Amino acid sequence: MIRLEQVSKTFPGAARPAVDRLDLEVPAGKTCVLIGPSGCGKTTTMRIVNRLIEPDAGRIVVGGEDVTRADPVQLRRRIGYVIQQVGLFPHMTIAQNVATVPQLLGWPAERIKPRVAEMLTLVGLEPAQFLDRHPRHLSGGQRQRVGVARALAADPPVMLMDEPFGAVDPIVRANLQAEFGAILRQLAKTVIFVTHDIDEAIRMGDLVAIMKDGRLVQCAPPEQLLSAPANAFVADFVGADRALKRLALASAGDIAAPGEAPAGAPTVAAATSLRDVLSILLAAGADAAWVAGSGVVTMAAIRTRAALKV
Amino acid sequence: MLRDMIAWAAAHGHDLEQAAGRHLSLSLTALGAAILLALPLALALVRRPSLAGSAIGAVNVLRTIPSLALLVAMLPLLGTGFVPAAVALTLYGLPAILLNTYTALREVDPDIVEAGLGQGMTERQLMRRIKLPLALPVIFAGIRTAAVQIVSAATLAAFIGGGGLGELITAGMGTLDMPQLVLGGLAVAALAVATEIGFALAERGVRRTVGSAA
Ligand SMILES: Nc1ncnc2c1ncn2[C@@H]1O[C@H](COP(=O)(O)OP(=O)(O)OP(=O)(O)O)[C@@H](O)[C@H]1O
Ligand SMILES: [Mg+2]
Repeated sequence: MIRLEQVSKTFPGAARPAVDRLDLEVPAGKTCVLIGPSGCGKTTTMRIVNRLIEPDAGRIVVGGEDVTRADPVQLRRRIGYVIQQVGLFPHMTIAQNVATVPQLLGWPAERIKPRVAEMLTLVGLEPAQFLDRHPRHLSGGQRQRVGVARALAADPPVMLMDEPFGAVDPIVRANLQAEFGAILRQLAKTVIFVTHDIDEAIRMGDLVAIMKDGRLVQCAPPEQLLSAPANAFVADFVGADRALKRLALASAGDIAAPGEAPAGAPTVAAATSLRDVLSILLAAGADAAWVAGSGVVTMAAIRTRAALKV
Repeated sequence: MLRDMIAWAAAHGHDLEQAAGRHLSLSLTALGAAILLALPLALALVRRPSLAGSAIGAVNVLRTIPSLALLVAMLPLLGTGFVPAAVALTLYGLPAILLNTYTALREVDPDIVEAGLGQGMTERQLMRRIKLPLALPVIFAGIRTAAVQIVSAATLAAFIGGGGLGELITAGMGTLDMPQLVLGGLAVAALAVATEIGFALAERGVRRTVGSAA
């Protein structure tokens, strides 16, 4: 669990606070995505959690313990940190990079070695092939994977990830999102994840927190954010296509009902997202589609789903 | 001429050897002392930015003083001989090492520093494991510059009785002994070039093992 209570930070000489009376709670095992315009205070918020920045006011609680006055070095070894620019150590091999925190914690070598291999495998890198390479011999996507492996190596209960997929192309990005979403859930990590990309936020977040000028505007599950944006800023931020985004969160199987579709209606798989079903119906000029094995989805049902308040 | 020089070298082989040996020990002493002074000083300045500005300013002034002036300035303080010459040469070589070390440590990529601190390294661990290794090639380049400067300037140590190959030159000048004079000059030049090449090769080795920040 991570909780921020009324946390504020004004940098010396700045006209307004970078973070302004921020309250945020991330339940244990959940991922909270921080999103907002550039300069709204996302990175500053993260760096306050691991005390790379000292807040002017407020309290930070990690795993039930008030860490506002804890020893920052010990605290950081318990918090996995993936920085915006990856920041691998260029003079060290991949193995040495991933071993950083276990080594700082004084693990014996015979425990570190298998752990490093395990982490590389977890993030989809063949250990034998990568252990002894240097970061400059890796692609951008591979470096991001190593950055995540390094942050996970000592099995910290809490992870801070600052735009971990910022530097890769959309296809690699989608793969990383799917893979790491699954990994983080499987390992039950409590995560604060920063992004610029609302689609990424909706895909990765159990909660999405929208920030503006250092303040929290709305923090809610993705479904709710899309169906009930708190104000015009949030509505604008999530986009004019927020109804479509909500449909993308559900699949045909979720709302399929017994019934009949007219002759010539298209057939879709149960796993097809409702957004794709809508597109298929529009293209076919049909009002309903067969869902393989579980009935039909009608245009009316899709419309209801898109407008549903959560 | 060439024959005269060979003849001189054959007759005075012992003198030549001794002068070269003295030149080398003087240079090595000064270089060693300059490294031992510059590295901790640079580390201290990186940790105390408030002092760094004026200290770097002072070092820059030191850098503009000609080597001969530094050597002669030792006369009233330390007299003549090996020690004052070594002290002057140490001061002469110091700025290159100090400035390179200071700059290289300051300019380590802030993202990499952030990553190190963020993983829970102490300032000490960050310095030993990250900053120093990454700064090493530039520090080494500073040492190379200082080494070449010192080997060349050590020629002038003869003026304050510090010995070295400069002695052949001054003595040759006094007696207008051309072969001795030229041989002394050539020996100094050869030593400086050998220093440069030797350090350049070593530096390439350092760069290869440390790897460049990509
Ligand atoms: N160390 C610092 N010193 C002074 N000002 C800072 C510092 N770090 C951040 N700021 C300022 O605080 C504000 C918030 O910065 P922050 O890095 O948290 O934004 P961000 O939301 O992460 O932006 P981005 O999406 O571009 O990464 C900005 O106005 C920035 O200029
Ligand atoms: Mg940022």
